[in-house]
Amino acid sequence: MSRVRVLVGTRKGAFILSADGKRENWEVSGPHFAGWELYHLKGSPVDPNRIYASQTSGWFGQIIQRSDDGGKTWTQPGTPPGEPTTTPDGMPKGESNKFVYDTSAATGKPLTTHQFYDGTQHPWEFKRVWHLEPSLSDPDTVYAGVEDAALFRSSDGGKSWHELAGLRGHGTGPKWQPGAGGMCLHTIMLDPADPKRIFIAISAAGAFRTDDGGATWKPINRGLKSQYIPDPEAEVGHCVHHVAFHPSRPDVLFMQKHWDVMRSDNAGDNWHEVSGNLPSDFGFVIDVHAHEPNTIYVAPIKSDGEHFVPEGKLRVYRSRSGGNEWEPLTKGLPQSNCYVNILRDAMAVDKLDSCGVYFGTTGGQVYCSSNAGDTWSAIVHDLPSVLSVEVQTLP
Amino acid sequence: MIRVVLPPHLRALAHIGGEVSVEVEGPATQRSVLNALEAAYPMLCGTIRDHVTQQRRPFVRFFACSEDYSNESPDAPLPQAIVTGDEPLLVVGAIAGG
Repeated sequence: MSRVRVLVGTRKGAFILSADGKRENWEVSGPHFAGWELYHLKGSPVDPNRIYASQTSGWFGQIIQRSDDGGKTWTQPGTPPGEPTTTPDGMPKGESNKFVYDTSAATGKPLTTHQFYDGTQHPWEFKRVWHLEPSLSDPDTVYAGVEDAALFRSSDGGKSWHELAGLRGHGTGPKWQPGAGGMCLHTIMLDPADPKRIFIAISAAGAFRTDDGGATWKPINRGLKSQYIPDPEAEVGHCVHHVAFHPSRPDVLFMQKHWDVMRSDNAGDNWHEVSGNLPSDFGFVIDVHAHEPNTIYVAPIKSDGEHFVPEGKLRVYRSRSGGNEWEPLTKGLPQSNCYVNILRDAMAVDKLDSCGVYFGTTGGQVYCSSNAGDTWSAIVHDLPSVLSVEVQTLP
Repeated sequence: MIRVVLPPHLRALAHIGGEVSVEVEGPATQRSVLNALEAAYPMLCGTIRDHVTQQRRPFVRFFACSEDYSNESPDAPLPQAIVTGDEPLLVVGAIAGG
C-alpha cells in the first residue's frame, strides 16, 4: 500500500509525519534540528529518500542539510562526520552553506543594489534560503530561492551553490524591494514539459520566467494590480505570495498575491483575477489538486494588517472551476475563536487516488484531508509555528 | 592547544560533546583560532563569521578571561591564559530577541 511522508518546517525545528495510504494513524518524528528555524524541506521526485532542508538561525546563519534515507539521518552535504575535512586537492570543505552572489563580469550585468525600505538603493545581502526545489530528473541538482532575492543552483547534491545571475541582472532589480517578511525568492516551479523553463516569484518584485534554463529572465506580471505601489500596474514591484500549477498543464498558473487571487492561461504572459466570492482575497498559500487541474485551494486571511483567518473561522476554500466560484471547506476545522495564519509554503497535496490536502498553521497545527478537502483532521496540534509543509507520496 | 567552548547549537552541528582544542600556527588571535576551528570542523564555516567578509556574525560574541573581545581586531593577540590553555575562548550566542 502507498504511504505518505509529510515534511514540516517550523520556527523551532523540523518534523516528519508518516502514515499509510489511509492517512489515519500517524507516526511523528522530530524535532530534527531542534531550536533552529526550518524554512523548507523538500524531497527529490526521482529519489524520495533524498531530502533537502534549509536550516537557519538569526545567530549562526544558513545551514543546508541533506538526508539520503528519508529523513532518518542528516548531514551537511560535503561534511559527513568522520571524513576528511579537506578535499584531495587540499580545498576546505564546508561550502554547503556558502551562498555568494555572482558579481562577475562574465555573467553580464553584475547588480549590487535594490530599493530599500527608505527608498534608497541598498546592496544585496544574503540572509537565508526560503525554498528548495529539487530537480525533476537529477537528485543531485537542486535550486534554492534566497533572501535577498536570488536564485541559486547546486549540481553536486548541495555541496556547493552558484547563482543564476541572469535573474538579478536582467534590469529591473533596482526596483525590487523587501516586503514585510524580507525580499525573498519563495517560489520555484520547474516545468515538467520544458526543462529550460522555470518560474519564480519574489516578494516584493513579482513573478519571473526563464525559457533558456536560467540564463535570461523576464517579468511576467501583466494584469496584476497592486494599489500599494505608485503605479498599480507596474512591470515589477508586486507582492506575489505564492504561485502553483498542475504538472500536466504548466501554462496555467494560479497566484495568491498580497491581495487578489489570479490566474494565467499563457505561462504568466497575462493574468486575470479569479477571487470571485472569497470572503477575503488576501492570503498566502495556493495549491492545485493532484488529479484535477482545475481544482484549486486557498486559505483566505483577513487582511494585510490582520494576519489571521476571517471571523475566527479556519476555512480552506476550494474552486473546482479554476477560480471565481469558491466553496468553504470547514468540516473538522475550528469555526470559532481561531486566529492562526497559514504561510506561503505551508500547503501541499499528495498523489494518492483520493487526493490528500495538507496545511500547517502558525498555531502549530498540521491538518490533513484525505478526501480532497471535504473533511479535515489535525495530525498534530501543538508544534511550533509552521513555516512550510511538503508531502511525499511513496510506493 | 587553544581550548574553545562553542554554544550548544554549534556543538550539535559539529557533532562534538564538550569543549574542543585546536592547534594554532603562529600567534593566537581570533582569526587564527577560527581558522583552525573551521579547518577541523568545516561544517562550522559561515556560522561564526561570514564566509566572504570574515566578519563576526552580529549575534555571536567572543569572551575570554571574563572580558568581551568581540570588538577587538581579529588579528589582536588573545590573552596569555588562552594561549597556555588555562582559560578557554568562549564563543557565545548573544542574548537577543524576546
